Amino acid sequence: MAVSPEEVRHVAWLARLRLTAHEERLFSEQLSNILAHVAKLQELDVEGIEPTFHVLKTLSNVYRPDEVRSWPELREVVQAAPQQRDGLFAVPRVLPEGEDEVSAKNEKDG
Amino acid sequence: MADAVEVVIGLEVHVELKTESKIFCACSTRFGSPPNTQVCPICLGHPGTLPVLNLKALELAVRAALALNCKVARYTKFDRKNYFYPDLPKGYQISQYDAPLAEHGWLEFRVDGRMRTARIRRVHLEEDAGKLMHDEVTGETLVDFNRCGVPLIEVVTEPDLRSPREARAFMEELRAVLQYAEVSDCRMQEGSLRCDANISLRPRGATDLGTKAEIKNLNSFRALEKALEYEVARQTRALERGERLVLETRGWDEGRQVTVPLRTKEEAHDYRYFPEPDLVPMTLDPEWVEQIRRSLPELPSQRMARFQAEYGLPAYDAGVIVASRRLADFFEECVRHYPHPKTVSNWVMGQVLGYLNSRGLEPEELNFEPERLAELLRMVDEGVISVSVAREVFEEAVSTGKSPRALVEEKGLEQLSDTGALAAVVRQVIEEHPSPVRDYRRGKVKALGFLMGQVMKKTAGKANPQLARRLLEEALATEREETP
Repeated sequence: MAVSPEEVRHVAWLARLRLTAHEERLFSEQLSNILAHVAKLQELDVEGIEPTFHVLKTLSNVYRPDEVRSWPELREVVQAAPQQRDGLFAVPRVLPEGEDEVSAKNEKDG
Repeated sequence: MADAVEVVIGLEVHVELKTESKIFCACSTRFGSPPNTQVCPICLGHPGTLPVLNLKALELAVRAALALNCKVARYTKFDRKNYFYPDLPKGYQISQYDAPLAEHGWLEFRVDGRMRTARIRRVHLEEDAGKLMHDEVTGETLVDFNRCGVPLIEVVTEPDLRSPREARAFMEELRAVLQYAEVSDCRMQEGSLRCDANISLRPRGATDLGTKAEIKNLNSFRALEKALEYEVARQTRALERGERLVLETRGWDEGRQVTVPLRTKEEAHDYRYFPEPDLVPMTLDPEWVEQIRRSLPELPSQRMARFQAEYGLPAYDAGVIVASRRLADFFEECVRHYPHPKTVSNWVMGQVLGYLNSRGLEPEELNFEPERLAELLRMVDEGVISVSVAREVFEEAVSTGKSPRALVEEKGLEQLSDTGALAAVVRQVIEEHPSPVRDYRRGKVKALGFLMGQVMKKTAGKANPQLARRLLEEALATEREETP
């Protein structure tokens, strides 16, 4: 159950965490230990036991009715963002991906 | 394309469900509101908030799954699909992974007069994402979260479609079924029905799939078919040149009518799904599911069969009309008032669809009562107006909202069916045009057309053509006998 420093680096990147080389080695070791500890569960015989999808075994089917209610503090909620422009949230430019790149191009061409 | 190659297409379709409020919060789902006016701490992903599932969204998703002949799960749950992109404020999308709402369905559709079936792999519930706009001037990305949290179902087909035409026909049938089942408006132009397509080629007879391309941004039936045609040609050319295709995501560029590779991050598919801890699982009562099944209306394929059997419509007519529930309702209501199905069908496919298409309208936007069309057709049968006048009256009635009968009276469009008055006009025409009259009497039958034209001209096109022709022929024959 070893987690290599490369895997730690990859997972850290997915989570947008910046780790030092020391931290990568440290977490690689700690994560390996944790996984090894949990792996003990693999020794259990679970033949014929239904998989558990959710830990809340007795609670299910919690719903709300389809009713519209506007949030009363709409202005505050939008203004909580660090940057806005004309009611839109402004964020650092993202690499256009998927439909956005093409539609942006179409708008320019059209 | 060489016959030795087989085209393999599978679709992933996203459909917005017709709820009033969002899937996990009480914000409105209305389309076209000013940006960020339908948001709250839940759909904006503020810390400490908890989502609660909208029961209506679950019910509509089950309805859709049943209409697509799926097996609905007894037990189902939500999962987090993790990725960082500013259209999702939480950093993950609430979706379903390994226990989807429904699986193993199928949908039958008609293409070029043949019935085909595509299997549905799964139908699952998820939340929609926000909308991004890229400001070229400031270089910023701007986000509107009104759409974020609108309930969606994702419908995934097996790779069972064998041509771009089949893919289009499948999508058209899927839209019709979902509209009939009243789960979605399916407005492609508003994004409430969106489609990605996976396409690959393989030697005919092979069972392994070739290297596929995933095509995004297919926001009309035409775009879907055109983009896939382009891909078939592109992939065929590449394979003939002995090139190796790469697994990639491409987008349809409507302006240039080509697909272009899209930049995608390699890690984009590393979603690290895990069960959504903020939502409890769902155990669906089979009796509730059965109730929903029983409440499903007649679906397009059943209605098409009935239109052929009950009204004697040709398969083509039935197919065109049932493609839209509104149009099919309009047809049936009209036939109730004017029991000549084939005539009504001709008018619905010709005049009504022609009017809608010329103005880019959906059948739902038609502002014309079926009773009015029945009234118009009766006036034709009664000889009050000619078919060509009826067509003009239709256009005017649809655009002004006035009743056809009122329009005919107001504009004096009634046909001249008064034998006495028409006979006088005929006499006059015969007197004024001795030369064609002579020609006709010498056996030049064609001269009758000219004389008919003169009668129509004198009556400003209102002469009842059958009556005018009869009177003209009679007058010419009698006078021939009188002439020595």
